[in-house]
Amino acid sequence: MAERIATPSWRHASFAGWGRVLHAEMDAARPERIADIARALGAVGRRGVIVHGGGRSYGDAALNSGGQAIMTSRLDRLLDFDPASGLVVAESGVTFDDLRRVFLPRGFLAPVTPGTAFASLGGAVANDVHGKNQDRAGNFGRHVVWLELMLPSGEVRRLLPDDPLFKATVAGLGLTGVIVAVAFKMMKVPSRFAAVRERRVRNLDEFLEALEEVRRSATYSVGWIDALAKGGKLGRGIVESAEPAPAEEGERYREARRWRVPFDFPAIALNPLSIGLFNAWHWRSAPARERVRRISYDRFLYPLDAISSWNRLYGRRGFHQFQCLLPEANSRKALRSILETCVGSRAASFLGVLKTMGQEGTGLLSFGGRGHTLALDFPARAGIGDLLTRLERMVLDNGGRIYAAKDSHLSAAGFAAMYPGLAQFRSILAEVDPEQRMVSDLARRLDIRGDGR
Amino acid sequence: MSERPLWLVLGASSSVARAFARLLAERGGDLILAGRDIADIERTAADARIRGAARVDVRTFDAIDRAGHEAFVAELPRRRFNVFLAFGMLAPQAEIDRSAALTQQMIAVNYLGAVSVLSRLAPRMAEEGGGAIVALSSVAGDRGRPSNYVYGSAKAGLNAYLQGLRAAYAAKGVSVTTVKPGFMDTSMTYGMSGMFLVGSPQACARACLAYAAKGRDVVYFPAFWWLIMAIIKAIPERIFKRLRL
Repeated sequence: MAERIATPSWRHASFAGWGRVLHAEMDAARPERIADIARALGAVGRRGVIVHGGGRSYGDAALNSGGQAIMTSRLDRLLDFDPASGLVVAESGVTFDDLRRVFLPRGFLAPVTPGTAFASLGGAVANDVHGKNQDRAGNFGRHVVWLELMLPSGEVRRLLPDDPLFKATVAGLGLTGVIVAVAFKMMKVPSRFAAVRERRVRNLDEFLEALEEVRRSATYSVGWIDALAKGGKLGRGIVESAEPAPAEEGERYREARRWRVPFDFPAIALNPLSIGLFNAWHWRSAPARERVRRISYDRFLYPLDAISSWNRLYGRRGFHQFQCLLPEANSRKALRSILETCVGSRAASFLGVLKTMGQEGTGLLSFGGRGHTLALDFPARAGIGDLLTRLERMVLDNGGRIYAAKDSHLSAAGFAAMYPGLAQFRSILAEVDPEQRMVSDLARRLDIRGDGR
Repeated sequence: MSERPLWLVLGASSSVARAFARLLAERGGDLILAGRDIADIERTAADARIRGAARVDVRTFDAIDRAGHEAFVAELPRRRFNVFLAFGMLAPQAEIDRSAALTQQMIAVNYLGAVSVLSRLAPRMAEEGGGAIVALSSVAGDRGRPSNYVYGSAKAGLNAYLQGLRAAYAAKGVSVTTVKPGFMDTSMTYGMSGMFLVGSPQACARACLAYAAKGRDVVYFPAFWWLIMAIIKAIPERIFKRLRL
């Protein structure tokens, strides 16, 4: 009952994407009740509003410079759980970390989870996120049974998967309104552990061969790629695959210790030399022959979460993320030329990931389909913009697409060419948000509304 | 028979109350969540059930509706219980200055409402063998300041009332804890300027539960607010009245 008489207050603050290269000054509201969201939407000004969840999008998907934002961090309640079916209904600010804490001890795991547990469910829907089981399980949106969306007008609608507005809200980048509740099915698991197989691969051909093998046999599969190795070692890395591990008698689980980065590293800390050394050491640390280990889901699914604010390792200037999907027919050739371009530009990356995808997404703007997906990080410095422009061209030429949740550089023309669902998305947006209340820096940069605003 | 502890939470939509309910749920207690916004409290109740609360009931409670307090207390289950008083109302002083009705309302909620319900709850708790009362007051009650003195005066009154209640019920097994939070990161204070060293609702909820277990009397949260308020209280009135605090 504690309340202020004034309508929802707004706090002026500076925000950054997780990669910390893009920033925005915004007035942010932080509703705690559903009615507060409607009031906040009613107080939206000329520069529009965007929804801000876990703050884990790398670029500008949750930024709205000079405008407003609605933060969902306090909309974090679990509303329903059916242990028989695994169906969970939750408010959109609930994070995968909440799900992990509450449901893993009871034998349930999120059906699809991104690489950080600090992403919110609303963000998972709005970006139609995927994880290490994309090949079989698809993106998060596929597991959503229904959604409750507050339209920009304040009206709340329950959306089923066959509703066009559902398809616009999944991967809709927060532009269709504020997601109020998400209903989705959790997956039953026999223990808190995964049986993880890993082995190192010496070059790209070996890498792709190993991925092909595990995509057929494993529930989870992912590869770490050394994006600095060149010549005969180009595309070397470590391929991991995993299955839910059976319960073991008397096995104890301990919550992993979390470390934090207390300050911004100097930008020079991550340079091609240090990253090259790290990558070589990391590659050698994996066995040449396959090894199987029992690893907790926390460590397997969210390795980087062990270090909170790891993004500070890149220094104050931050880093760019780049993730593309390349259709199978072209992927071998395209991957080779992309890696060669990166090596040639000495743009070091140490969080390189290469894996397969197998399923289309359910959203009009979903990042999904059959092929290979490559994710790289580049510490911000002069020349990275040119490199990203060249990579965009190469992805386009090979019929691929770039993932908006991680992007900070894509062009509007490139986005339109990569996402054929954009035209339909625009017309749905015009219908549900005629006053154009919802907008973000990303939407402006990629001209998602198609009005050049 | 060792029973699960039962907590009655008054003002269950408030930020700290929500954190408190979640904490108790994770410890497997029983809850009665009471407040005005039933639709919202039902969501908090669902959350508590999923997170492990054994039993959660939702009741309508309005601090201003004092005539209803007797019936509200009469309908509580006949068993030992504890009380977390978390309702409160804070309007900007500028708005209060413009509205006599708002002034009355602030006093009605923060002082009259609290006194009315506690005066009925305390004897009932004593009848059921005792329990803990934890009431969220405010550092604003320690000294009247231009920026929030109507709120502050209501909380000051509440503090004196709690003091008396504590002494009156000490022998009857009912402990009364006055919690004086400093700046808290709640919906009540969100967007206010000039806040520093802000406490989270989760930390406050944890502290409140610990105070109850120890039967503390008057506590500042976070604890260093004791020092800040000691200094503020020590300033002579002649000087204080010239400061724009």
